Amino acid sequence: MALNVVATTKPIPEPDEASQPFFDGARAGKLMLMRCAECGEFRMPARMHCDACLATATEWVEASGRGTVRTFGVMHQKYHAGFLEETPYNLAVVELEEGPRLVTNIVETANAAIAVGMPVTVAFTDYEDVSLPKFRPA
Amino acid sequence: MAHPMRGATAITGLGMTPMGRIFGKSATELAADAVKLAIADAGLRKDQIDGLLTNAGVTNAIGLNMQNYLGMKDLRLLNHMNAAGSTAAQMVQYAALAINAGMANHVVCVFADNPLSGGSGSGAAYAGAARAPGRPKGMAGLYTAAGYFGANTGYALAARRHMALYGTTQDQLGIIAVGQRAWATKSPIAQMRQPITLEDYHNSRWIIEPLHLLDCCLVSNGAVAVIVSSATAAKSMPQPPAYIWGMGQGHPGDPQRAGWDQETETGGNLAGKTAYAMAGVGPADVSQCQLYDCYTYTVLVTLEDYGFCGKGEGGPFVEDGKLGPGGALPTNTGGGELSGYYMWGMTPLSEAIIQTRGQGGERQAKNDVVLCTGNGGTLAYHGALILSPHAT
Ligand SMILES: [Zn+2]
Repeated sequence: MALNVVATTKPIPEPDEASQPFFDGARAGKLMLMRCAECGEFRMPARMHCDACLATATEWVEASGRGTVRTFGVMHQKYHAGFLEETPYNLAVVELEEGPRLVTNIVETANAAIAVGMPVTVAFTDYEDVSLPKFRPA
Repeated sequence: MAHPMRGATAITGLGMTPMGRIFGKSATELAADAVKLAIADAGLRKDQIDGLLTNAGVTNAIGLNMQNYLGMKDLRLLNHMNAAGSTAAQMVQYAALAINAGMANHVVCVFADNPLSGGSGSGAAYAGAARAPGRPKGMAGLYTAAGYFGANTGYALAARRHMALYGTTQDQLGIIAVGQRAWATKSPIAQMRQPITLEDYHNSRWIIEPLHLLDCCLVSNGAVAVIVSSATAAKSMPQPPAYIWGMGQGHPGDPQRAGWDQETETGGNLAGKTAYAMAGVGPADVSQCQLYDCYTYTVLVTLEDYGFCGKGEGGPFVEDGKLGPGGALPTNTGGGELSGYYMWGMTPLSEAIIQTRGQGGERQAKNDVVLCTGNGGTLAYHGALILSPHAT
């Protein structure tokens, strides 16, 4: 669920046509995934063609929000002004129990407490006009 | 029966400009300098070159227009190629195939880049999305929103997963950096020639954990060109031929879902299998390695995927310092991209040619079978060459 509104100059994405249901879902506290209506494989990121069968028919399903940390890093390099205050910050790849992987941040825990394989659950962060899925320890 | 491509072609020319913080020339001018040097090195006239393959670095500043800049008339082979850091090996492969098919006689392959400008730091050119204007679009923007910037990020994530799965340690990554720097002290063309210790490695600042500064490659301006010819022609050319025994590619793909493991199981495995089969050798026959080393971790995982040790055993494999001077498997003998110079896939390729010719001077290692690898993207694109000073 949405926790807090973060004022930011971070490079926060805006929806495109293919990803609109993902962003609509996130704003409502739901993690939505695009799935192939022909073969059932997930598409990450949302896009026209299924990478398994090349079909274009799609459906959107709500994910459980549960996953595990596949890998993570702690960034010290100052690449972007929007991240200066929180550097060093973590970023992670979370593999959802449905299979797709998301690049995200682990919230509500210390960087030193993050571990590969750690179970996590989705926790949305609200920005000005979009919400994005982050993950916290399950 | 030997593979028909084994020893059919050879690298006959090498041209290298000064590399590093070299200013005052465009990428096109650097490329032309390298081509001129390579043609002279091969003992050819410019009008004997009938093939040109180009590859631009991160600045994407050279392309098909090199033909006209170089004044090359009636080329029989021309392309601008891009498979990131695997391109250098790939250019040689396509050149060798074309030559063997009778489509060209002497093909020059050139890479040039000038990401450094006088006032900027090394990282700026490779910051990637951090420099993009405006808001990112769609789900691809999840990367930047999370603070995923530049190649450093992808390789840190890959290294972390290897460490978690297999117990690979920071010391083991550091030993690779220390060994390559030891090689660089013996190379007059290396950018970083001050020896480092494991303590220096640990004390170097974090870029993104688990990567220290000394886990990461240099950024360089410069250009390198190589010439590929038939083995028959090579025998009467001035330089000792670097015969091409084996070639292979491997590109695993990564659709970002369960079941794909590009971070720890790279296309080097597939590239290696194809190249070893063509050359009729295996990892036990390899005298030395010139491996694409954008990061220390790239070396470690590449050694696993080319069969020098089992999957996950790269850390213990390198731990005794066998890659460094005096070690059992001399690797990146010019200092590599970590300590020598960063010309993408031309870094391992140029040193492989120098070593295969026996022109390594103080750093010359045994060279009967030289494995040269290229890697691009985040462990996404792989090309391999096996070179030898022996025709058969
Ligand atoms: Zn499908």
